[in-house]
Amino acid sequence: MSRSVLLVLIRGSAALVALLSLGVTLWTGVQERGAALAFGVLVLVGELARWSGTDAREAAPLGAAGALSYALLGEDAGRASHHGVFQTVAVVLGACLLGSVPRLARGEEQALDHLTRRILTVAFAAVCFQPLYGAGVFRDWIGPAYALLLLALLVLTALCGAVLSAVSAHCRTGWPFGPLLREELRGLLGIGSAVCATGAVMALAVAVAGLWALPVFSLPLLLTQLSLRRYAAVRSTYRQTIASLARATEVAGYTPPGHARRVAALSRAVGRELGMTEPELTVLEHAALMHDIGQLSLVDPVPAGATAGLPAEQQRRIALLGGAVVRQTGVDARVAVVVERQADPCPEQPLPARIVRTVNAYEEKVHGAGPGGSLKALEELRLAAEHAPDVVEALARVLSRDGPASPPVG
Amino acid sequence: MEAVPPRARAYVACVVLAALVCLLPLSVTRTPWWTVALLAVVYAGCRYFARRTLAGPFYPVLLAAAFLLPPAAAALVPLPGVLLARAGQRPEALRRIWQAAQLVLAVGAASRAHRALGGREAVVASDFPYALVPAGAAVLAFCLVLTALDGGIRGLAERMPVHRAWPGMFTRSLAPIGVHGLAGLMMAVLWCSPYGPVAALLVLLPMCVSWWAYAQYHRERAAHQSTIRALVQAVDLKDGYTRGHSERVGRASMMIARELGMDDERVEVLRFAGILHDVGKLGVPTRLLRKDGPLTPEERRVIELHPEYGHEMVRGISFLGEARSAILHHHERLDGSGYPYGLRGTQIPESARVVAVADAFDAMTSTRSYRRARPVDAALEELKRCAGAQFDPRMVAALARALDRYGWHPAVTAEDGASAAASSSPPLSSASGREEARR
Repeated sequence: MSRSVLLVLIRGSAALVALLSLGVTLWTGVQERGAALAFGVLVLVGELARWSGTDAREAAPLGAAGALSYALLGEDAGRASHHGVFQTVAVVLGACLLGSVPRLARGEEQALDHLTRRILTVAFAAVCFQPLYGAGVFRDWIGPAYALLLLALLVLTALCGAVLSAVSAHCRTGWPFGPLLREELRGLLGIGSAVCATGAVMALAVAVAGLWALPVFSLPLLLTQLSLRRYAAVRSTYRQTIASLARATEVAGYTPPGHARRVAALSRAVGRELGMTEPELTVLEHAALMHDIGQLSLVDPVPAGATAGLPAEQQRRIALLGGAVVRQTGVDARVAVVVERQADPCPEQPLPARIVRTVNAYEEKVHGAGPGGSLKALEELRLAAEHAPDVVEALARVLSRDGPASPPVG
Repeated sequence: MEAVPPRARAYVACVVLAALVCLLPLSVTRTPWWTVALLAVVYAGCRYFARRTLAGPFYPVLLAAAFLLPPAAAALVPLPGVLLARAGQRPEALRRIWQAAQLVLAVGAASRAHRALGGREAVVASDFPYALVPAGAAVLAFCLVLTALDGGIRGLAERMPVHRAWPGMFTRSLAPIGVHGLAGLMMAVLWCSPYGPVAALLVLLPMCVSWWAYAQYHRERAAHQSTIRALVQAVDLKDGYTRGHSERVGRASMMIARELGMDDERVEVLRFAGILHDVGKLGVPTRLLRKDGPLTPEERRVIELHPEYGHEMVRGISFLGEARSAILHHHERLDGSGYPYGLRGTQIPESARVVAVADAFDAMTSTRSYRRARPVDAALEELKRCAGAQFDPRMVAALARALDRYGWHPAVTAEDGASAAASSSPPLSSASGREEARR
């Protein structure tokens, strides 16, 4: 229950900040319209050029950098600027809303999260900077020191943003908080650092060269965004190909339809529950997709593809054959190791291999069993010596949370 | 460039001489050594990072140097980075010297063009939008010198027809170098501002991320391609005789598609269609695939399911596009007697008609355990005889033209005989394919 309260709290405060800023800005009027318009357009372009990848941490880096640099803008071509916290938030809010109309209309919950995060981080940066700047606190910070000050503020903002997204992801999905936060912080090193640097550079460049700096510098950043997008596209294609390779066993009638996909989704959830990181989860997912591929080398199919019921020796032979196939595929060698060792005795296995084995056994037991099959299967897994107790317990927790019928996808 | 011809060496020597002349004014003019040193260190660091991630070239630092420094001093900036980093290919020393001389000349030219248009003053006063004009001229000069020198060495060392290749090289490199130029301009403006070099170096961070993403993209794409190949190898695992068959069908499909004047993207899709056309055999029980002796009608029906199995497998791979229908329909025949749906004429997708011809051609021209390969001419005769009833005459004619022009060089044939002998099994569905081709 407390999770949903937290989520309401976050969204409520974002809505409050947004409404307050809009109200104050409408009341006092917009200062320096040219700058407001230029930054608004920049954020809008960034939002429109964003992509909706599954594993994109910051989908609109140009929009984020533009919004943050507006929050940290103290001068425009040498003249001090007077837009306060409220106007900053109002301009960014307007541009983001315009840019995400298509997404909000489709009712994507992610778009709402994205908006919440953008408003709160920009408000944070602006609150840290604008009042102090207006009061002349930073007057002694000149030259390079000022640049470093802006950078430090942005790093602080990015950290807050990471905590915020980890909290809201935790609230939404119920996945453990620690690994989520670790993932967010890891993401800061890549695209996050580029966003911070660009935000600082834009604020400084506008101070030196005026608003012309925005189009000049946003072109290189747009290039960054495009190459990240292309990277995300090729990743998703790769994923599709691996999933197809995994379907070979189903098409051949070795395993029931959808088996590999279900094992992969459930393995990922269990791995997350056990605190694995995102790269490890990708390896686990690919290995789970391909865990039955060794059966292709068998001359006769195993009945119903149920390898968990076979003698240990034969299970290991199939696992080794599968590992050999995966090794040929050019997929990460770590995937092959997991596939190979899924049938080894439990104490010698690496964690991903244990997860794949246990989830596979669960899937095979539940498949075709009626209601109540899930509990019975878990009970059997707890009693069997070849399954690690911590993995079985994690599986039980995932199932009790998400319901046995629909393991979380992704 | 393994064995460098003497004229190429002479050419390199000339370019090095020109570069030295370009550096000569250093002894006369006053040089801001600190700026040169800092930029040179940054550039060397970027090159080191680039070597580890295998990304493309990185020019923002060099262009910023051209915008900030007098020509001779700017030309000095790339030297340590190029001379210290490994070129990675032999002949190592010659390559490094060549690259260094090339960059010295290019940066020098860019700096000269920039100064001539009053760029220095525009950068110091951050006079926008005028500052874009000299910067644009500098980028143009940089690009021109770089591609001209490149074209020269390729013409001499690899005997490339330079006058035809050069305009393409120039226009291709202009856009990326232009973007690097904008980043360089921003660096130069911030460098001259009160915020100093610290702010200027921040510009490099997003460029580095873009660069990293580019390298990752290529790595992931390579992994993806080898996975596709693995799908094909998994077919081999079940069925020894097809070794290399899929790759060759991919090549033949590509030749036909190109001959028909399809655009590059479609040609690539058809190559994948050829490579993956038999992937559905993964779904056919291995016992059937390896069966000795004739197949019963029941068994034949099971094997004839493989196009549908293949389609079912690759359905979810969106980039394959029309290759998916080619996989489903590559055993259809023009007269409607094929499978799985018995489509006729233009009902059969064009891509499937291409792959059908490529498949039959390779089946006839490769050695199998029970017979020798047929010569290419005989196979073409056979295809032409069956054109109209089984194959689309347009595709057969395109294949004949392409073979006439480029010849047929199946690289994997050597292994073919060995693997076929080892599996000692009669072929399956392409046995029927060959029978069909004969009829």
